[in-house]
Amino acid sequence: MAASAEALPAPKARRSAAPGLAIGLSTLYLSLIVLLPLAALAWRAHGWDAITSPQAVSALKLTVVASLVVALINAVAGTAIAWTLVRDRFFGQGFVNALVDLPFALPTIVAGLTLLALYGPKSPAGINVAFTRWAILLALLFVTLPFVVRTVQPVLLELDTEMEDAAASLGASRAATFRRVILPNIFPAILSGVALAFARAIGEFGAVVLISGNLPFKTEVVSVYVFGRIESGDSGGAAAASVVILVLSFGVLLAIGGVRRWATRHDR
Amino acid sequence: MIGRYVVRFAALGYLAVLLAAPVGYVFWRTFRHGFWPAWDAVTTPDAVHALKVTLILVAIAVPANTIFGVLAAVAIVRHRFPGSGIFNAVVDLPLALSPVVVGLALLLLYGRGGWLGGHDVVFALPGMVLATMFVSLPFVVREVVPVLREIGTEQEQAAATLGASAVQTFRRVTWPAIRWATAYGVVLTTARALGEFGAVSVVSGRIQGQTESLTLYVQDRYQAFDEVGAYASAVVLALIAVTTLILMTALKPKEETR
Repeated sequence: MAASAEALPAPKARRSAAPGLAIGLSTLYLSLIVLLPLAALAWRAHGWDAITSPQAVSALKLTVVASLVVALINAVAGTAIAWTLVRDRFFGQGFVNALVDLPFALPTIVAGLTLLALYGPKSPAGINVAFTRWAILLALLFVTLPFVVRTVQPVLLELDTEMEDAAASLGASRAATFRRVILPNIFPAILSGVALAFARAIGEFGAVVLISGNLPFKTEVVSVYVFGRIESGDSGGAAAASVVILVLSFGVLLAIGGVRRWATRHDR
Repeated sequence: MIGRYVVRFAALGYLAVLLAAPVGYVFWRTFRHGFWPAWDAVTTPDAVHALKVTLILVAIAVPANTIFGVLAAVAIVRHRFPGSGIFNAVVDLPLALSPVVVGLALLLLYGRGGWLGGHDVVFALPGMVLATMFVSLPFVVREVVPVLREIGTEQEQAAATLGASAVQTFRRVTWPAIRWATAYGVVLTTARALGEFGAVSVVSGRIQGQTESLTLYVQDRYQAFDEVGAYASAVVLALIAVTTLILMTALKPKEETR
């Protein structure tokens, strides 16, 4: 704690022990809860064939491709939903607005079970996607739904309609106005939401595990692959594959930080 | 003007197909034969025990992460310290990291042959608590940080100038400004802690009637072809989620008009 206190840039006189305490305690907690387990994970990782085996490569590929597709669908659907919530007026809008947060609140295993009930083998609608790659897309779309909506919505709310009116009065079509005036303004928010959705999709487990069937080379995502390695007692291999996921997730987070800084570059 | 209706119905249709229909259908399926079969399914000893385990996890993880969240937010916003960028990224990590990886990390640290192995952490309640704390860690921090940034330091400095101690300044000036954001963060933390599945699944060992939380119980019932039990316990979790949602909606306007 002494080290962090002396490293503070020109501390004001009144901030004596308090900052050191806040920094020290929270760093200690973060180290014990997050960093120590992850260090153990990296330390115990061995067995690189767990990463380079065809099954692992196939699981990783499937996860990344599915997450990219899901992120792109979210870019369009999320923007449309945000648009409907901000610019449209209809009965029950408040309810729809609250509904969007449901995937954040609903446990992922429940999300998977509900999708399986309606779109599984006993589907009353006659649509059965269980144990196919469509099921993975469906599950990932469910859990990532709020991200783009919730990043785009506040930006749309703040966006002045004057610019659009000006564009319209100058003869721009609605499509041109959207493309040339609105989209550039909300694009950083869309990008940020898409990255969050992608990061979430990469690591998803609970929503996918019931409905995907976990068939190796076909519907096994990387989280399920790691789970399988653990179950079969190969914790070194599981740890090696986990390190790959860890690096990927951390990379996406850093990229999101970059997008945020880029998006707010005019604010400072 | 037709375009507007196209966007509206496309957006609402997407929400209906992906969200409303599946969730609504599970509710209907659960109560199809009336209330009591569902009630009986969630009051079996194993189900009640699973609910208790889940409540214990929440009761420990949420207060711990709330205290940490406020402290960490103060540390991030009010003080620049070496490594604060990394600190920030590590706080966010549980949001992006696969819960299975979290569970495995705990297994390797506290399990057989781990650095802190040899105690009853893994395949027992302490490991499940640690897993829940890990995954629900970022929410309070993430809600409090922007509010702290926005209120600035002027009032705090004024209080200090008038002779208030650091504790007094926090209690009288800072806390009233961030309490709604904290409350919103607590709701999100609770939702995440209640719903954790992957990490808990790895570290718990899934011993029925002992280390089974409600989310694990849902999967267990489903795999035992006990559909009534699975749907009914899923509905219990969904009802808690809906309550959370109502709290979120109620707290959000206060947070936005700060």
